Amino acid sequence: MVEFTLPANSRVRKDGKSHPAPSGAKNVKTFKIYRWHPDDGENPRVDTFQVDLDTCGPMVLDALIKIKNEMDSTLTFRRSCREGVCGSCAMNIDGTNTLACTKPIDEIGGDVKVYPLPHMPVVKDLVPDLSQPYAQYREIEPWMKADTAMPAGERLQSPEDREKLDGLWECILCFCCQTSCPSYWWNGDRYLGPAILLQAYRWIADSRDEATGDRLDDLEDPFRLYRCHTIMNCTMTCPKGLNPGKAIAEIKIAQTKRRI
Amino acid sequence: MTDMRTPLARARNHGSAKEGNEHWWMTKLTAIALVPLSFWFVWACVHLVGADHAAFAAFLGTHGNGLMMVLFVATAFYHLALGLQVVIEDYVHVEWQKIAALVIVKFGCVALGASCVIAVLRLAFGG
Repeated sequence: MVEFTLPANSRVRKDGKSHPAPSGAKNVKTFKIYRWHPDDGENPRVDTFQVDLDTCGPMVLDALIKIKNEMDSTLTFRRSCREGVCGSCAMNIDGTNTLACTKPIDEIGGDVKVYPLPHMPVVKDLVPDLSQPYAQYREIEPWMKADTAMPAGERLQSPEDREKLDGLWECILCFCCQTSCPSYWWNGDRYLGPAILLQAYRWIADSRDEATGDRLDDLEDPFRLYRCHTIMNCTMTCPKGLNPGKAIAEIKIAQTKRRI
Repeated sequence: MTDMRTPLARARNHGSAKEGNEHWWMTKLTAIALVPLSFWFVWACVHLVGADHAAFAAFLGTHGNGLMMVLFVATAFYHLALGLQVVIEDYVHVEWQKIAALVIVKFGCVALGASCVIAVLRLAFGG
C-alpha cells in the first residue's frame, strides 16, 4: 500500500539549532529551514534563523543567501539566475512549492518555513535529487522530430500555430508542479508527472513536428498519462503561471479525437 | 533488492501499454449518463416510498421504467468498476495484492450488476 508514514531515519528532530538576529536588529523575521546532511548519520532537523530584514533583499532567496553568507555557511541550496528563469531555487516555502528568487518575504505571515521539494530523495538540506524527472524528460524525446528534409531556410510555422505554443514554452522545468502532484508522489516511478507531460504536449502542439502520432502512442498508458486525476495542484503552484493540468487534458483529448 | 538500472531505463521501463484512453473516455461517458439516470433513480425511490411488492412489479413492468432501471444499474456498476480500478492502481503497490483486488472488483461488479439486472427483469416480467 501507499506508505503514509515516514521512512526510517527521516523523522524530523525537534532539536534544531537556533541562530539569533544580530543585536540591535529591529526588523527581524524568523526562518525555519529543513536541514539534513547525508554523512553525519543523523535524522533531519529544522534550524531557526532570525534574519534582519533591514539588511536583506526582498525575496526568500535573498534571505537564504544572507543566511549562508553571514550565519551558517553549511546551508546548502541550488540557485543561479535569481530572476525566475533558471528554476534552480525551487523549494517548498510556506507550504507551497515555488521559486525562492521570486517569492517575496513580505507575502508570508509568521515564520518562513522552507523545505526541499516534497517527496523526492534529498541530496542535502534544500537540494532534492531530480534524477527521476530528468530521465522522464529525456524519455519523451523533447526535440523536433521530422522526416522531411531540412528546407533551405527555416521550418515555417503560421502565427496561429506559433500561438499554440504559448503557455508551454515558458516552462523552466523547476519541477514545482511535478513534486506537488499526489499522483506523482504515489506513482512517480511510472507516472510522468505534470512538468513532463506539459513538455510532451509542447511538442505535440508544435505544427513543425512530424512525430505527433508516435508521441501520442508513447504517452497512451494507464500510468504514464492517465494517472492524472485533474487534482490541479500543478496549476495552482506553478510559479510561472502555467497550466499543466490543461496541457494534460489536451493530450487526452488528442488521443480521444484520433479514435472517434 | 537494489534497482541498479539507470534512471532512463527505469523511466522507459517496458514502454507504453498503448491503452488507457478507452478507460478514461468510458469513465467520462458513464459519468455523464449517470446524471439523468441518478435523478430518475431518486425520483423512482421517492415515488415508490411505502409501495408493496405488487406496486414495485407494476412500476418496473412499464417499458420506460424497466429500461431506465436496467440502464441505471448497468451504468452504475460499469462506472464503479472503472473507478475502483483507478483507486486500486493508485494506492495498492504490492503486485499480488493489486492483481487480486482488480480481479475481485471486476468479478464483483459483474456479478452484482448481473444480479440486479436479473432481479429487475424478474419483477418486470412478473417472476
